[in-house]
Amino acid sequence: MKKFINTVGGYFMLLGKVLRRPDNGRAFRRQLVYEMKVLGIESLPIACIISAFVGAAVVIQFAASLSNPIYPTWITGYTTRKAIMLEFAPTMIGLVLAGKVGSRIASELGTMRITEQIDALNIMGVNSANYLILPKITAFMLFSPVIVTLSVFSALAGGWLFGMMSGAMSSYEFLDGVQLEFDSYDMFYGMAKGLVYNFIIASVSSFRGYTVTGGALEVGQASTRAVVESCIVLIAANLALTSILI
Amino acid sequence: MIEIKDIYKNFGEKQVLKGITTVFETGKTNLVIGRSGSGKTVLVKTVSGLEKATSGEIIYDGRALSAMNDDQTTALKREIGMVFQGGALFDSMTVAENVRFPLLMFSKMSSAEMDKRVDFCLDRVDLPNTHKLFASELSGGMRKRVAIARAIVANPKYLFCDEPNSGLDPQTSILIDKLIKEITEELNITTIINTHDMNSVLEIGEHIVFIYNGNLWWEGNRHEVITCDNKELNDFLFNNEITKRLKQ
Repeated sequence: MKKFINTVGGYFMLLGKVLRRPDNGRAFRRQLVYEMKVLGIESLPIACIISAFVGAAVVIQFAASLSNPIYPTWITGYTTRKAIMLEFAPTMIGLVLAGKVGSRIASELGTMRITEQIDALNIMGVNSANYLILPKITAFMLFSPVIVTLSVFSALAGGWLFGMMSGAMSSYEFLDGVQLEFDSYDMFYGMAKGLVYNFIIASVSSFRGYTVTGGALEVGQASTRAVVESCIVLIAANLALTSILI
Repeated sequence: MIEIKDIYKNFGEKQVLKGITTVFETGKTNLVIGRSGSGKTVLVKTVSGLEKATSGEIIYDGRALSAMNDDQTTALKREIGMVFQGGALFDSMTVAENVRFPLLMFSKMSSAEMDKRVDFCLDRVDLPNTHKLFASELSGGMRKRVAIARAIVANPKYLFCDEPNSGLDPQTSILIDKLIKEITEELNITTIINTHDMNSVLEIGEHIVFIYNGNLWWEGNRHEVITCDNKELNDFLFNNEITKRLKQ
């Protein structure tokens, strides 16, 4: 329990150092652009590929479950859209990115720590936590709407394509259902979740990497812990957000 | 000049530094020597502000570290250059970007002025055509020299070097030692070098502090090292037949 409290306290103390005005705006913008590339743009392919397959699986599940003639023909498209926008796109992709981005951030910062690069920043008078972590959190959060939106479209495209190919429904039925009673709040809901998840992934992983002590073995352990803890916090946040937003 | 008065440093129950008092003078190469685990790295990190002393006073040219607020500490850090054991070069940056980094963060220089200063520093450490190389493309000696260039680029008043010769061949070690000594004299800065290299002691040891079990055990210069009769120091420095003969 004491260790848990120390960890949580350490996390918030680190956030206190991170969430400050950058020492140098020019350096921050340069780092931000770099992080947008490595954390944002490089996450898009995996987010799209996984979303497409998840969308296809969701369509097959719904099509099989809702094949009863008492249901309208658009029901599969409608429920698929709802499920993807509200849960699958933000949460499942959040979990996937916790693995990809979380391990990258933790291992990068952990390696910088054990090779004294973070000490080198500190000795120069640079707020190393702010310089290294703030651009990561900002870039990943800025990319969140892009990731969620592309994920939704990929999932729907995957669902539509696979639904058509498998003969589970017609193109017209699926697209009719997808467009039915579209509520823009669903999009806001998914993006709000995505923003929170991306903050959690970037900050928890940064904390684990930044506070590494030891050597290569500890960097590996920190990377694993970053992913596991990001996933747990993300799922807990999902429950809280679902209760609040729905 | 850096004065340290009665410095103690504990890690939990373990006392690593036990009341060290000395003065590191400006324009001299001050060496901190001692066995692995004796506390010399902790001493250098404590004096440089990377570790906080448990008690005692560190005074930079009349300015007590303990009396400084956060802004003053940050300002002081900008007067410090440090060469880390492994170089601690930023992997994602080229050599030129590494050296330019302190200027980019804190100076008001134009881009052209920064480029000129980077060129000067890389020339000074004899690495004139390495601007576009990444840290992973450099040899150990080159990494150390880039680290020295980065440490001096912002005209520091204080230079700390943590085992600058570790992992280098004897010839390159001597070059690095000479370079640090020349820079210390040219810029008239206070240089503190943490080392256990015998050659460094005899080549550039203008003020040597020997740490033994966390205590300041002996103090002197490279000439006095040869003639001193401190058993622990002699056991540490003159530990093979050749050096024993030198001592005799």
